[in-house]
Amino acid sequence: MPKLIVNGVEVEVPQGSTVLQACEAAGAEVPRFCYHDRLSIAGNCRMCLVEVEKSPKPVASCAMPANEGMVVKTNTPQVQKARDGVMEFLLINHPLDCPICDQGGECDLQDQAMAYGRGGSRYEDAKRAVKDKDIGPLVKTIMTRCIHCTRCIRFGEEVAGVEVLGLTGRGEHMEVGPYVEAVVNTELSGNIIDLCPVGALTSKPYEFHARSWELVKTESIDVLDAVGANIRIDTRGAEVMRILPRLNEAVNEEWLADKSRFACDGLKKRRLDRCFVRRDGKLEPASWDEAFAAIATRLRGVPGNRIAALAGDLADAEAILLLKELMGALGSTHIDCRQDGAKLDASNRAGYLFNTTIAGIEQADTCLLIGTNPRWEAPLVNARLRKRWRRGGFAIGLIGEPRDLTYKYNHLGVGPQALAELANGRHAFAETLKGAKAPMLILGQGALVRSDGGQILAAARQIAGDLGFVRDGWNGFNVLHSAAARVGGLDLGFVPGADGRDVAGILEGAQSGVIDVVYLLGADEIDTSRFGKAFVIYQGHHGDAGAKRADVVLPGAAYTEKDATYVNLEGRPQRTHRAIHPLGEAREDWKILRALSEALGKQLPYDTLQSVRERLGHVAPSFRALGRVEPASFGNFGTPGPLGPEPFKSNIANYYMTDPISRASPTMAECVAAFLTPAQGKTGTHG
Amino acid sequence: MLKDSDRIFTNLYGLRDWGLEGARKRGDWDGTKALLEKGHEWIVEEIKASDLRGRGGAGFPAGLKWSFMPKQIDPKRPHYLVVNADESEPGTCKDRDILRYDPHKLVEGCLLAGFAMRAHASYIYIRGEFVNEAKNLQAAIDQAYAAGLIGKNACGSDWDFDVYVHRGAGAYICGEETGLLESLEGKAGRPRLKPPFPAAVGLYGCPTTINNVETIAVAPTILRRGGAWFAGLGRPKNTGTKVFCISGHVNQPCNVEEEMGIPLKELIEKHAGGVRGGWDNLKAIIPGGSSVPLLPKSICDDVLMDFDSLRAVRSGLGTAAVIVMDKSTDVIAAIARLSHFYMHESCGQCTPCREGTGWVYRTMQRMVKGEASVDEIDRLNDVVGQIEGHTICALGDAAAWPVQGLIRHFRDELEARILVSKGALTSGRYGFNPGIAAA
Repeated sequence: MPKLIVNGVEVEVPQGSTVLQACEAAGAEVPRFCYHDRLSIAGNCRMCLVEVEKSPKPVASCAMPANEGMVVKTNTPQVQKARDGVMEFLLINHPLDCPICDQGGECDLQDQAMAYGRGGSRYEDAKRAVKDKDIGPLVKTIMTRCIHCTRCIRFGEEVAGVEVLGLTGRGEHMEVGPYVEAVVNTELSGNIIDLCPVGALTSKPYEFHARSWELVKTESIDVLDAVGANIRIDTRGAEVMRILPRLNEAVNEEWLADKSRFACDGLKKRRLDRCFVRRDGKLEPASWDEAFAAIATRLRGVPGNRIAALAGDLADAEAILLLKELMGALGSTHIDCRQDGAKLDASNRAGYLFNTTIAGIEQADTCLLIGTNPRWEAPLVNARLRKRWRRGGFAIGLIGEPRDLTYKYNHLGVGPQALAELANGRHAFAETLKGAKAPMLILGQGALVRSDGGQILAAARQIAGDLGFVRDGWNGFNVLHSAAARVGGLDLGFVPGADGRDVAGILEGAQSGVIDVVYLLGADEIDTSRFGKAFVIYQGHHGDAGAKRADVVLPGAAYTEKDATYVNLEGRPQRTHRAIHPLGEAREDWKILRALSEALGKQLPYDTLQSVRERLGHVAPSFRALGRVEPASFGNFGTPGPLGPEPFKSNIANYYMTDPISRASPTMAECVAAFLTPAQGKTGTHG
Repeated sequence: MLKDSDRIFTNLYGLRDWGLEGARKRGDWDGTKALLEKGHEWIVEEIKASDLRGRGGAGFPAGLKWSFMPKQIDPKRPHYLVVNADESEPGTCKDRDILRYDPHKLVEGCLLAGFAMRAHASYIYIRGEFVNEAKNLQAAIDQAYAAGLIGKNACGSDWDFDVYVHRGAGAYICGEETGLLESLEGKAGRPRLKPPFPAAVGLYGCPTTINNVETIAVAPTILRRGGAWFAGLGRPKNTGTKVFCISGHVNQPCNVEEEMGIPLKELIEKHAGGVRGGWDNLKAIIPGGSSVPLLPKSICDDVLMDFDSLRAVRSGLGTAAVIVMDKSTDVIAAIARLSHFYMHESCGQCTPCREGTGWVYRTMQRMVKGEASVDEIDRLNDVVGQIEGHTICALGDAAAWPVQGLIRHFRDELEARILVSKGALTSGRYGFNPGIAAA
């Protein structure tokens, strides 16, 4: 622990710290552009120069290791002059087009020029102009503004694992770009917008839409995958303008996946803003009273065992709880929150959680991926895996589709046979796993939605048990979810009760006429053609597959429009906050269910959100640990049995369209065209 | 004046055979095995005793540099010796003649220096334009391999030693030691941040020492004749002999090996046939390659040519490339040309150099034509001051110093040019030829 003196203040910093970190510890502000906590040190902007005693030249504090006894000064005329000079150099070729720059108002260059720059420019010659690069539908480039800090390049190489951007040319003519035209093909590309200290990289969909100071900022949680990334929703009036990541070291650090960031324009399309009731085969607008009356009429006299409910991937815990209680009051046990049919076992919490936790990945030394493509199912989990892999000493084995995961892995096989071999200890990789001190496995949903999903779960359980994945203070058994509602639903036991039907049973029952009424709480990822003659009630916010088939549509609120609880894949309950009001006549989902229960004469005893949340904690105590993960004790789960021969397949075939919001998003549609559609030779008819 | 018996580079003019046969006749490869048998530490100590300072420009004590290498070899991190033969400093051509006419001195030096720092491999990074030089060097290396002087069990010393030649692609910045390492690793030549220094983390992340061709080439002779002999030449801390490259307005431009500390005037008059038109026709001299500030005649009259004497007059020995300019020179245009060179060769990674060198060049262009204002001279001085010392590598300093020297010593000429172009003065008084300025 070296001790330094910064501006006369003595500070002690951890071994391996830099002078810049020591200055921060001493409360001395040091301006910087290229330095970033989570990226390697480039030391090229020269803004962080400080004076170090006995050093003839000013020192780049970001790159200089803090040594015992250093005397650092950040407020001398020499430092002032150095900063002033660097600032002036950065500005001579910067276009200073702040009034038309999307970064205006939240620009490091602008802020630091105000704090450290001089009033005017002494540069009289022509400024440099740089050709813009087309790097895809998400990131807009105005390369003339670039100050060559190389943060975007380092992010690509280090965090995202795609080496598309680089420096070309020399001296004044040096440019940041892909050299040959290429899209930045990563699910994390939006982060380079946040990293860019100037307006060279800005959000293309958000281009010229708003100024940062007009926006109201609401802290919330993302639900477009199961990671539960912490986000900030920026709104203007009744419109979500953009979504940015918020710091949470345990979950997303400061990154955000592209779908979570850019799919927000899907919140403005295909929305359900009023009730609909199907009359003579056509959905017609209706009032809440009419809709409730239609439901009450249809339900009258229908016994509980002919009613079923499915919770979708975006449903919040409060609504799932109320739907469960309503179904209970109606006497139905046919409920399921696993609309994809995953054979998850709700009876043992450790059997469906990401027990290692996302931050815990950094402690692991071996990883086995089973039937998963984490790059698409949870890009931020994949980024952690890459972060751990880059540190070295991290052996990764993959059973499933051999995809580019941005890190190297041993491909152990494509199907359950490799899994069986590992379970029997016959596979070479089993030795690696046995020798590991902190092994982990990640079981994807693709492996669980199969007909032998229960057996695969049991086989993974067996490997985890036999090879010591679970030991004191370490649980290396992980299920990778891709649906934000799933863990919450399982925690609340939204699974078939005694003699209850699961999702396959409900569909079969509806088709064969055994189930008369199906309640869909935002469930769209099911085969709606199999509902037969059943009366379908759809509660949700988008006119997607479920609403299309519904007989009554109840307009709910999207995640940006409600205060709601979601449990992420680690089992971490987190809350969204309402950034804007639900659209039109739409209401928060728990309120709809509470009102419906009254209309059906089965009034649920909750009049406030607070009372629903108290009940949540009562049903599943883990809900009380808001923002934290309650470790689950390992037990027995899965259904031992023979494994099928089919190769594993990820449950996500198209990262950019996985839910009603991203399917409605024009930006996501552009991403599909840019990133997923195979490049075709352009013909004369292509524009 | 240096005695012939103290001369190290006895084939500097290529009059004799540069091959192994000829080199052996001149004493190269004589008793190399015995030198190696004296051990790693003895070599380093002897070089330290010689007070040899690096010949690449910075003048860092070579023995001290070698002693920074780890004393134990980590089997996973071999040591490397890298020889900087990327000689591109304008005015400098000493390494070129060593490479083509005395390559065995360098190859033997590689073995001895590499052995001293416990390296089994050395890389000679040679400037791409040096085609014939690279051919001669490679031929010399092949001869040395064939004769068992390097390679497995080099000189029968039980020490394996390989020498590789790597040809650069012509970027000046690749002559900066860490830029050179980057280039050698196959990346763009952008200098690295220091610390860590190459002795700790160098080529491929392994301990590495980078030395100039001349530094390595003089090592065998120093070891054979003893550090004390070398230290006895020149002045304290500025010892030994040095190859000076004299170019410009002299009667006989040449490379010459001389004792350190020789008076500049004597150097030019004795070896280069004097300044064109006589010493009094001298206007200015750049004493150490394009990077160092120029000196006006008044200083040139009695300054000594070594590191500390030139530093005392706010210039530097640099690579000892003496560029002589007589009174016909448009000194402003000359320095402007150097500014263009540094703008063109800046790697662009750090802000002051990337943005500053272009600004300086464009201002210098206006100075040449006299289209600037008198205030701009101070602004220019300020701008180069903002570059100097604020960059990752020394290219920023190198871009700043010539301009600083110009303003320091020829401010009156800069001002006069501006005033003449504004019609406030008549030309002629300052030896100013408008025709040159317009070009």
